[in-house]
Amino acid sequence: MSQPENGAPENGVSADDVRKIARLSRLHVEDAQCGNLADELNGILGWIEQLGEVDVEGVEPMTSAVDMSAPMRADEITDGGKRDDVLKNAPKKDDGFFVVPRSVE
Amino acid sequence: MFIAPRVADKKDWLKGETGDWEIIIGLEVHAQVASNSKLFSGASTEYGSQPNSQVSLVDAGMPGMLPVVNEFCVEQAVKTGLGLNAQINLFSRFDRKNYFYVDLPQGYQISQFEHPIVGEGEIEVLPIDADGNTLEPVTVGIERLHLEQDAGKSVHDLSPDETYVDLNRCGVALMEIVSKPDMRSPEEASAYVDKLRGIVRALGTCDGDMEKGNLRADVNVSVRKPGGELGTRCEIKNVNSMRFIRQAINFEARRHIEIIEAGGTIDQETRLFDSVKGETRTMRSKEDAHDYRYFPDPDLLPLQLEQSFVDKVKADLPELPDAIKARFMSGYNLSEYDARILTADKGKSDFYEAVAGGRDAKIAANWMMGDLFGALNKAGTELEDSPVTAPMLGVLIDRIADKTISGKIAKDVFERMFAGEGDADTIIETQGLKQVTDMGAIEAMVDKAIADNAGQAEKAKENPKLLGFFVGQVMKASQGKANPQAVNEILRKKLGL
Amino acid sequence: MSDLTKLTLEAALGGMEKGEFSSVELTQAHINACADAGKLNAFITDTHELALEQAKASDARRAKGTVGLLEGAPLGVKDLFCTDGVKTCAGSKILGDFEPTYESSVTANMKADGMVMLGKLNLDEFAMGSSNETSAYGPVINPWRKDEDLVPGGSSGGSAAAVAADLCLGATATDTGGSIRQPASFTGTVGIKPTYGRCSRWGTVAFASSLDQAGPIAKTVKDAAILLESMSGYDAKDSTSLNVDVPKWSNSCGQSVKGLRIGIPKEYRMDGMPEDIQALWDRGIEWMKDAGAEIVPITLPHTKYALPAYYVVAPAEASSNLARYDGMRYGLRVDGKDLNDTYDRTRTEGFGDEVRRRIMIGTYVLSAGYYDAYYLRAQKVRTRIVQDFENAWQSCDAILTPTAPSAPFAVGRKVTDPIQMYLNDIFTVTTNLAGLPGISVPAGLNADGLPLGLQIIGRALDEDTVFKAASALEDAAGFTAKPEAWWT
Ligand SMILES: [Mg+2]
Ligand SMILES: [Zn+2]
Repeated sequence: MSQPENGAPENGVSADDVRKIARLSRLHVEDAQCGNLADELNGILGWIEQLGEVDVEGVEPMTSAVDMSAPMRADEITDGGKRDDVLKNAPKKDDGFFVVPRSVE
Repeated sequence: MFIAPRVADKKDWLKGETGDWEIIIGLEVHAQVASNSKLFSGASTEYGSQPNSQVSLVDAGMPGMLPVVNEFCVEQAVKTGLGLNAQINLFSRFDRKNYFYVDLPQGYQISQFEHPIVGEGEIEVLPIDADGNTLEPVTVGIERLHLEQDAGKSVHDLSPDETYVDLNRCGVALMEIVSKPDMRSPEEASAYVDKLRGIVRALGTCDGDMEKGNLRADVNVSVRKPGGELGTRCEIKNVNSMRFIRQAINFEARRHIEIIEAGGTIDQETRLFDSVKGETRTMRSKEDAHDYRYFPDPDLLPLQLEQSFVDKVKADLPELPDAIKARFMSGYNLSEYDARILTADKGKSDFYEAVAGGRDAKIAANWMMGDLFGALNKAGTELEDSPVTAPMLGVLIDRIADKTISGKIAKDVFERMFAGEGDADTIIETQGLKQVTDMGAIEAMVDKAIADNAGQAEKAKENPKLLGFFVGQVMKASQGKANPQAVNEILRKKLGL
Repeated sequence: MSDLTKLTLEAALGGMEKGEFSSVELTQAHINACADAGKLNAFITDTHELALEQAKASDARRAKGTVGLLEGAPLGVKDLFCTDGVKTCAGSKILGDFEPTYESSVTANMKADGMVMLGKLNLDEFAMGSSNETSAYGPVINPWRKDEDLVPGGSSGGSAAAVAADLCLGATATDTGGSIRQPASFTGTVGIKPTYGRCSRWGTVAFASSLDQAGPIAKTVKDAAILLESMSGYDAKDSTSLNVDVPKWSNSCGQSVKGLRIGIPKEYRMDGMPEDIQALWDRGIEWMKDAGAEIVPITLPHTKYALPAYYVVAPAEASSNLARYDGMRYGLRVDGKDLNDTYDRTRTEGFGDEVRRRIMIGTYVLSAGYYDAYYLRAQKVRTRIVQDFENAWQSCDAILTPTAPSAPFAVGRKVTDPIQMYLNDIFTVTTNLAGLPGISVPAGLNADGLPLGLQIIGRALDEDTVFKAASALEDAAGFTAKPEAWWT
């Protein structure tokens, strides 16, 4: 992807970018669709790029609407011991385990 | 990018066809926080239970489930940071590390990326060579310590074409301790991990159990010409013993040198250590894109600690291995070697202090490191379950000091104590090992020995070496209980030496 | 007996209190109405048997003298709230027939207060949409009609349509960019998004965690107050939940607004905005003035940047929040040739176009090299928007704006153009970014006889003033219009 300058990337999302994003998102995109999808994303991102007009010099980013320190809980065992609940909706389970496609390492 | 100014000791250089190479090593140690419940859920951290029996709906990534921070885990991270002489960050934040994997239910790991709870620190490490000799101390920089969630466990051998997933470990709190690339040999690396282990165990923030994987190291290895350009590094994941750490580094360094000298290049990758083959092999498939898209977890708020909280943790900090060792060397006049052995862990140093208290420190050290450790080794027993307790060993040493028994008899008493025959006094009593100090009795035995060996007694005047023969006779007669000094004196007098 | 479904929540609670009818009778009347309203497609899952059991239990409690805040009231629940033992699918195929083993904190509060649950209401998939057309369970049709089928707005379109069509006395909803208020405006109902942190997010399927807030859609401002009192409350299981007590907001309704300073932001006068919306807003200003409020012009200079900032922050959080839907532990799994193929097929078939689109945008704006340009910048713009409001509060106590830039539009009209669709939230999204309370009140009909709403925005945690101003607006508007029941 072209490096962003003052903010936005110069020539936007390419079909290859779409492939990379789809891969990261674990979404399948047909090669044929990559071009259209790139245009669509560029349309939205182009509209988003007006954010470049805002002066954000020395402005703190806002990560939450709640301005306080993280509340903390005591170190007590208050949960677990509910294997049936945990596995209840599993597409496949066996012998107390979730069963999933082989993940080779 | 890291800079690595220190050049390895020549003895640590590796010979290649194109000349010498040095190894640059940095470690990421994952230490499991010794907490009852998980970092963000109330499920137990108990090891080795039924699969998925210690999983909350939060750990399983169920829709709408939310994390809440475990206060104890935060405190342990701060404690450990202080133990590493590191900067404690009053402001820290949890970020999401996004990637897909079957043991990662949320599709992201909650970690600390931009603002870790602990910043830079450093510790001094004493590498030990193969013969157990201490080498030059090395200062290893700590880059950071952050809190993060552990992942679940994938089991690949229950089905040929499927993976079984157990989420019990999922969400357990880990402290990831990242070093600077300050190590230059396998010995330095394992000594560093050993040092970290000692610190977290002394602090009680992690049990340091490497077999259970409660303390494991990701080892970053690269090679370069001594003092030259840094090479590309590879990360060897989850190495879980000191020996494996050294093996993995040796193998990986050799691998790099061979590839580079054959004109190839190293690609930066994550590798696994196969402890059976003693080799490392590549782990994640190349096609997998690496872009973790870290961003602040919007389900959590930043951690904002009070300085007063940090001060309190600092005030309650227990004495750390370095301090104990220094105290042993100055207070008990122990050699660096003895002090190192006796402070290897809290159990040893506590045991030693119980024995040495109010006694001859050197004698206490010798008994512990010689007879006791020897016997424990032979029996394959840990100090914790030693049949000879610190008070028992103390009394034994007292009995030598007050001349109730000789050092020689003491060895016998020790063996009987170790065999479980009771404490020193009982054994001395029941076995009648009490030393004979009654001069009359000894004189009688001496006279008898001289009478029985009149000829020898004559020769003794010209050949004082025969004294030993008479000492032997008398000791034999006393079944070793006669006080050796007394026997000597009286014999010399009677034999006119 | 007169049609019990025409009652407000307040009147229905009063009727049961006086013993005029039972919860079972009230519930049965609503079940009948639901049964006749299939054309609206407002519900994904009916729980009528369960509702009748709950109603019986409620009547029994009342007989014993235990009467909760919502005792015996038949309500609808947006299918984003997890309900113990009742299918919860967020309007998505990817959750399959997911049946939670837990109850969201919001609905748990309401059950504890005596709620009777009629069913799970339709919505845009994962609450991503402004027309309820992205639901995998088909679009919800607005009870209000003009020659053709109209959208009820979104994402809480099922909640809004069901309340507007008298299928339930009120409903839960959620609002991430306007998903309570815009559908309320489109259906002639009242909808409030409280201050961020008032309602626990625990057990509610997440869209964008830093923006999501639950709230009610109701027939009147007072009904909304009663419902919000039940839904709100501190929850230690949600780290962003506010540990503050819940005022009796229903008492604020009807109180005088004399002397209250109502701000009118000039930036909300958008060119291209329909005249009847502009006219309605002007009328609203007059109504507040007549009620004794002081009107003050204010400026919220960064308003036009709120929506683009939202379309960075919300998709970014969503791309991560929706990663858990991977076919491994629950919901849909579409087997592929290997693990990655299974991930890809499951998520590609499980998510609809709009959700996939937002996941892709969110992944892009967080990806290496783009984080600062998009995500970080959007968060700084978010700070600017908060500062705008802080400055405004110097000169006013509440802000009056239109709720939505348009009246309900025809089904299928805007689905093809994402940005046109996004613009629906232009007046509502600022309060999500700032975490402020906002309410939509039905204030009139446009030339086509379709409902239009006005919005009151308040200070953080000042729902009191919001309800006060909203009920003044409600009284002045005297909005009584109802869609005629073409769907039965
Ligand atoms: Mg790491
Ligand atoms: Zn880690």
